[in-house]
Amino acid sequence: MNVEQLYQALKKSQEAKGIYFNKDKDLVFELLESLLLNKDRYGYMACPCRLACSDREKDKDIICPCVYREPDLEEFGACYCGLYVSKAVHNNQSRVKYVPERRPPEKIC
Amino acid sequence: MNTEKPMLYALSTCSHCKSTKKLLNDCNVEYDYVEVDDLEGEERKAILEDIKALNPRCSFPTIKIKDTVIVGYKEKEIKAALGITE
Repeated sequence: MNVEQLYQALKKSQEAKGIYFNKDKDLVFELLESLLLNKDRYGYMACPCRLACSDREKDKDIICPCVYREPDLEEFGACYCGLYVSKAVHNNQSRVKYVPERRPPEKIC
Repeated sequence: MNTEKPMLYALSTCSHCKSTKKLLNDCNVEYDYVEVDDLEGEERKAILEDIKALNPRCSFPTIKIKDTVIVGYKEKEIKAALGITE
């Protein structure tokens, strides 16, 4: 799968859930390329902004879309990487705030 | 005077880390950096311990500028720590 195909597939599946790509398309494509790189590297699309450990079971919380996406979208209007934004941000009804890391540090290995 | 170079702990795939690098480059700052996702074994373990000492959440980017530790791509804070005024 190339980056354009990934973009189209995710756009469709995520928008159906009311979740949108960031309007910064350069950022989105850069992150999608990193996701494909991580898929090659680890065998799964680990979050590009977090340190994966090559163990799918240990990294399952950070396989994109990560389990932290939903609370981050709700609280900050964007996911940790900035790949996805909430409907309110997409519609310019609210702004993206700085998204701090919420993954517990003990999960990093 | 503390003349040590800023140290950037980054991931090769992280957008915030890339933005931070670009900022430091644009400011013509000399800095050291390490991309932790490219490390393995003991080397990786040792760097992770260094990062946790600066930033217990061990998130990226973590930047040490003199005695200031900045977590995340925070342009204003990074520039302030570098002594860059606009």
